[in-house]
Order: sequence, then structure tokens, then C-alpha cells
Amino acid sequence: MTAFIIYKAIMCAAVFLLSLGVAAYATLWERKFAAFLQDRKGPSRAGPGGIFQPLADGVKMFMKEEIIPNVSNRSLFIIGPCLFMVTAVMTSVVIPWAKPMMVGGHMYDLQITDINIGTIYLLGVVSIGVYGIMIGGWASNNKFALLGAVRASSQMISYEIAMGIALIALIISSGGSLSLKDIIEGQDKGFANIVWQPLGFLIFFICALAETNRAPFDLPECETELVGGYHTEYSSMKLGLFLFAEYINMFISSAIMAGFYFGGYNFPFSSELYASLGLQEGDWLISLIGFGAYFTKIVLFICLFMWVRWTLPRFRYDQLMNLGWKTLLPLSLFNLALTVVVEYFRGNIHF
Amino acid sequence: MQLTNRKVVVSNKEQSFAERIYLPAIAKGMMITVSHLFKKSPTINYPEQKRPIAPVYRGQHVLKRDENGAERCTSCGMCAVACPAEAITMTSGERKKGEEHLYREEKYAATYEIDMLRCIFCGLCEEACPKEAIFLTDRIVDAGFERKDFVFGKDKLVEKIDQRIDVTKRQTAEVLAFKKIQGLKHNELFDAKKLNKGHH
Repeated sequence: MTAFIIYKAIMCAAVFLLSLGVAAYATLWERKFAAFLQDRKGPSRAGPGGIFQPLADGVKMFMKEEIIPNVSNRSLFIIGPCLFMVTAVMTSVVIPWAKPMMVGGHMYDLQITDINIGTIYLLGVVSIGVYGIMIGGWASNNKFALLGAVRASSQMISYEIAMGIALIALIISSGGSLSLKDIIEGQDKGFANIVWQPLGFLIFFICALAETNRAPFDLPECETELVGGYHTEYSSMKLGLFLFAEYINMFISSAIMAGFYFGGYNFPFSSELYASLGLQEGDWLISLIGFGAYFTKIVLFICLFMWVRWTLPRFRYDQLMNLGWKTLLPLSLFNLALTVVVEYFRGNIHF
Repeated sequence: MQLTNRKVVVSNKEQSFAERIYLPAIAKGMMITVSHLFKKSPTINYPEQKRPIAPVYRGQHVLKRDENGAERCTSCGMCAVACPAEAITMTSGERKKGEEHLYREEKYAATYEIDMLRCIFCGLCEEACPKEAIFLTDRIVDAGFERKDFVFGKDKLVEKIDQRIDVTKRQTAEVLAFKKIQGLKHNELFDAKKLNKGHH
């Protein structure tokens, strides 16, 4: 029992630190990457190549004056960013990071918990995330913040539908399990799900951009129209939490996409490689290599997110809604129907 | 009449399917941005690297001393008159006995101030100076927090005796010849050597 608790505690701490660390360095890499795309150098003063920039940013955020507007709803104002951060971190719970590892005769999953409805849990937690923005924007008692919050929630609702339907198609083609572990393990033998779900992946990727409020879907915080969007009234670390949670969201959605569509910690000829290295199941090296492969995919996805951000201009609001309801929703339904037909002929569905 | 060849006829033809789904255009745009990933950044890391400046760069002024270390400026005020920004002010002083090693001629600038915030670094003071006393150099005026810090007095303007500032690049043969033909013959009259000769 004690060992179990310790194992869970270690896993929680590790995943928590991993998300925070990746998010912190994603902020630096975002600025660097933007700079490279624009023929600039990016932050380069704090440490070699700007390596301590996230630290400096964090210190700056903490040192800034904390302002809570008089006319705001104080408790909700504080709850907003906390809720956004909590939900951002919570999504990482169901993600399996590597193959199980043998420690002291026991096999330990490198996953905080393997819920058999992991996919639904993900969708649920992600949709709670918008409450943080909504509450924060509402409690600010500022029309720009409220508009940003309203935009965020309507955007989330619109894109969650297409995202959910794309996931249904994925689950049908990957064998019917809602557990993330099963979905990723299912890609060990055979192809990654992207082969059977290219359209589904495209829909999911676009929806993930929208769900994380990243460009070109960053209307909730678009400076040109809404001052700062839902975080107009926020300052100091509460603003930091909002900005930081966006990067955690980006990390987690990259992890989810890499896991759902690109095989997670599996990679082509992985079992042959492990056999040639003479590794047994449960060997820590397998977990390490698997995690390395998964992490590489995640980083590539984060780069893709940034690449999109620094290329595309922001959508207009009616274009956003048109894309969500008139294009992605029918497209995802079409993808679902196509998947059912294809899977019937592959023999995965029986009537 | 056609002025340029940039005229484009506007077409309102309907978008094709490829245009309507945006994706090809997005892919094209993303290829453009990613191509910049491999281009060399033109940034110059300023304090470590400096952009090369012209040999006749007009930066912070210097009040020169002559070969004996005496200040060349006689407080004639030509520079202040020439200054289009009215950045130069000065008061004159009379040289006492025993100060010959400090001031080249009987009259000298007791105070000499240039307001670096007013100065437009045009170089007209240098051109106006009949005594070869003021020159602009390739030094950049340092940033400061207060306006009063930018009023440079003699302490900052006059070159230190042991740290002479080289202005030979600005004293080209053409410049010297120019100064000679501008009716500045009176320079020679007050030339220290000739004065000494006269005394003997």
C-alpha cells in the first residue's frame, strides 16, 4: 500500500514538473522560434542563448504589482486563473508516457492513472477549462474581458463538437477502447492511427488549435480588438497563470495528438530495436527510449503549433464560426461515416 | 497615360475549391515562414558587436588642445553662431600670467557647454571654428536618465592631456585647404610660434 502511494506520488510529481518545465521552456522556445522565422535572434541575454529567460520572466511576474479591481468580484477573480491552471494540469493525468517499467519485481505503468474512459475524461476536463476563462472574464467587470470570455466559451463549444466527433472516429478505427493506454498500445503492432484517420487528424489538429486559444484562433485575447481579452484586468502572477496555462495546454494537446494519431511512445520497428538490444519487457531502457520517442513527437507538435502561430493571421469572428459549424462539423461527420464504412470492410465492426 | 507597370486588373471570379478550403494557401504560407528559419539573421548583437561606422562619423564633440597641451578654443563664438540648434553656450575668460601652458591665446572659454539633447550633430561648429578647436568624433553620446546630464561642460568636452583624441581623419588635406582659403589668414597672426618670434 505504501509502495503504491509512493509510486503514485512520484508519478504525480514527475508529470507535474514535466508539464511545468516544458511549459516554461515552451515560452522561451516560442519567442526564439518566432525570432528565427522573422530573421531575428530572440531572447539571448539571460544566460547562454537566453536559457534563463523563463526564470527571469517568472521573477518579473511575481515582482509585479498585484491589482484586483475594486468593482470586480474578488473571490471569482482569484478562482478564474486557478481553475484554468488546475484544469490545464489535470489533463496530463491519463496520458501514458512510456511502456511499463519493472521495479523490484513489480510492473509499474508510467502513467498517473489508467482510466478506462480516459478519452471522455480528457474532453470533460478540457471543457471545464473554459470556466476558468469565463469566470475570470466575468469577475473582472470589464466589457473587454467579458467579450473575450464570451468569445472563448463560444469558440470552445463550437470546436469541441467537431473534436469529439473526430475522436469517436478515431476510437472506432483504433479498436473501441476509450483508454489512452489501449489506444497507444494498439499502435505498437501495425500502423499508427494517422494512416487510418488522416482527415480526423486534420480536424483534431485544427480543433486543438482552437481549444488552446492559439493563433489563428486566439480571438479571446486578441489585442487589436479587445485590449487583452479575458485577462485585461489581470496582473502579476494571476496573469502569469493564464499565460502559463496556455503553454501547458499546448504541451498536453501535443501529447494527446502524438499519442492518439502518431503512436505515442511507439515508433516504427521499435520491437526489432528492443530485441536487437536484448532488452526484456519492463527494462528501464525500453521506457526511456519510448519516452524519448514520445517526447520528440511532442516537441515537434509544439513546434508545429508555433509555426502555425507565426504564419497565419487571426480569423475574423464570423469566419471562425463558419469554419467551426459549416466546415469542420460536416467534415467530421463525413469522416465518421467514412470511418464506419472503412472499418466495416476491415472487419473491425460487426453488425 | 501609363505611369507604372504595376496596374492589376481586379477580378471577382469565384474562388476555386482549392482556394475555398484555404489549406493549399496555408501550406504555401507556412513554407515561406519556414524558409526563413534557415536564413541568416541580420541582427548585430549591439554591445558586443558594433556596426562599422564611417571615418567621418559625427558623434560626441571634443575640444582639442594644441601640441603643448594648451586649449585651442579662444571663445570667439563662431561655433555658437553657426549652430542651427543653438546648442552651444560659452563665457569668455582672460588668460592671466603663468597660464600660458593652459590656454593658447589671451582669451579662452571659461565655460563651454553643449546641450547634447539640442545638438543635431550637423558638424557646422567644426566647420565654423577658425582655431581647429572643436571637432566631432566617432564617440557616441551615452544614454542618461536626466536632462541635465546631457549638458556637457568643459570637463567632458576638453580632451584629457594624457588621452588625446585622434581627429586626423576629419582633418583631411581638403579640409585644411578649405580652412586656408576662407579668409582665415588671421589664424597665422595669432600663431603661437610667430608671436614668440615677434617677442624675441
